[in-house]
Amino acid sequence: MLELRSVTAGYDRRAPAVRDVTLTVSSGESVGLLGPSGCGKSTLARVAALLHRPDSGEVVLDGTPVRHWRHRAPRELRTAVGVVFQQPRLSADPRLRLADLIAEPLRATGRRASAEDRVAELADTVGLTPDLLTRRPHEVSDGQLQRACVARALVLRPRWLICDEMTAMLDASTTAALVAVVEAYRTSTGAGLLAVAHDHTLLTRWCDRTVHWKTVTEPR
Amino acid sequence: MTERAPVLSVRGLSVRFLLPGGRRIAAVTDAHFDVAPGECLVLIGESGCGKSVLASALLGLLPANAQTAGHAHLGDLELLTADERVLARTVRGRRIGLIPQSPAAHLTPVRTIRSQLAETVARLTGVRGRTALRAAAEQAAERAEFPPGHLDRYPHELSGGLAQRAATALALIGDAPLLLADEPTTGLDRDLVDRTVDELRRHVDADRALLMITHDLAAAERVADRVAVMYAGRIVELAAASDFFGASGPRHPYSQGLLQALPDRSFTPIPGMPPELGDLPEGCAFAARCDRATDACTALPPFTGSIACHHPAPAPTPENIRA
Repeated sequence: MLELRSVTAGYDRRAPAVRDVTLTVSSGESVGLLGPSGCGKSTLARVAALLHRPDSGEVVLDGTPVRHWRHRAPRELRTAVGVVFQQPRLSADPRLRLADLIAEPLRATGRRASAEDRVAELADTVGLTPDLLTRRPHEVSDGQLQRACVARALVLRPRWLICDEMTAMLDASTTAALVAVVEAYRTSTGAGLLAVAHDHTLLTRWCDRTVHWKTVTEPR
Repeated sequence: MTERAPVLSVRGLSVRFLLPGGRRIAAVTDAHFDVAPGECLVLIGESGCGKSVLASALLGLLPANAQTAGHAHLGDLELLTADERVLARTVRGRRIGLIPQSPAAHLTPVRTIRSQLAETVARLTGVRGRTALRAAAEQAAERAEFPPGHLDRYPHELSGGLAQRAATALALIGDAPLLLADEPTTGLDRDLVDRTVDELRRHVDADRALLMITHDLAAAERVADRVAVMYAGRIVELAAASDFFGASGPRHPYSQGLLQALPDRSFTPIPGMPPELGDLPEGCAFAARCDRATDACTALPPFTGSIACHHPAPAPTPENIRA
């Protein structure tokens, strides 16, 4: 279970972007979080992905309360969560070839030996050809780069996926393809999903349950 | 509106990028279309299919390694061969207004919206004098429904929607007969997308021509009179929006696939990925992903004025379609 309890977070303690949010995602469940631009939903996604320390409140991941964030989070928690961001250009190291981009989490966790097979398998899953894997981010389109970012998020076989506006930059066909990849992964592994977006039609089609930002911030 | 002379008339426009090592990238190939006053033509397609290159070609903003062929007439002016002086002094801002993809990056970060509007008014119109410029800037803001209370703010203090309106206000100042909007709605939420395209539609209804480039099919449906679908650098279908999004639907298998990929339709992707623009097949570029492909597809399908496919779905009502 991924539990966010009364989370308040932001970049200025006097004006937090997220105020007192409570949201629970059960194991294997997919929850869509819907809200307008600038409401703070991306900040909440960063908290859920252990990438931003909340000012107050508690995050509990499969029963373990999270005490440390970002690089200080213990590896077994950090690797349990896969993240995909809105802008593939900003979330890819421009110096890495796509194959290395996908393999980076394996190298960072000392699993270099398995990288080659795992990258080939994932490239096939997300629809990247061997030729594309040898290119750097500036040599591919946004859609192709986002496919690589999804592969990178899945490479450690996370129990949780956080997709923050994963498809906002993409055309309809690539959107449908990447949502299908995420859903196939969830069906085979039972991973849970928190998908953040502003597209109501997309989220209701994609997720088991869709909650609106207003309902998670209001005190119950 | 069919009888009126088009504002923009593009005939056989092609753009090639020459890369070191003799590689050639076919970014746009043989594009044909017109845009009339009071009409909105929306160009849709996947990212990397050549849409933005087409827009840059029209504004004369291609990098030095690009080669163009064909014609793009803006009234009596040939845009592709016009020199930089003519483009800078008479076309950009005056005859073509650009509404950019990312307004936050388009605006000058160190100056207020008011000062940017006033500068543009001073450059493009005959208005002189501080008070007159101030009034003209406020008027310009009003035309794009930019709230006067936010005029003294800097771009980083504006929300995405307000920054978009500021950029639109700048594009409208020169009273250009043609507006060119390149992905004006990326990154905006659905309400803001609707509001932005409705505002663009108002300017079309005020007898301007609008060429909008987007991959957002919902926004296209809301604003378009006609739709051009681009695939691998070529326009493969040109149809009335009412047919394209309506009961008869698109005719090209690629356009059909794009619509079916929408979450409120079947939500299934088109298999495979678009071909590399540097390595296009001889025949139909879509054949490798097409379920209707036959031996005929090894030959390039000619563009008939409404479609380029060897086996399109039947035409709805031919009289609605115009090249």
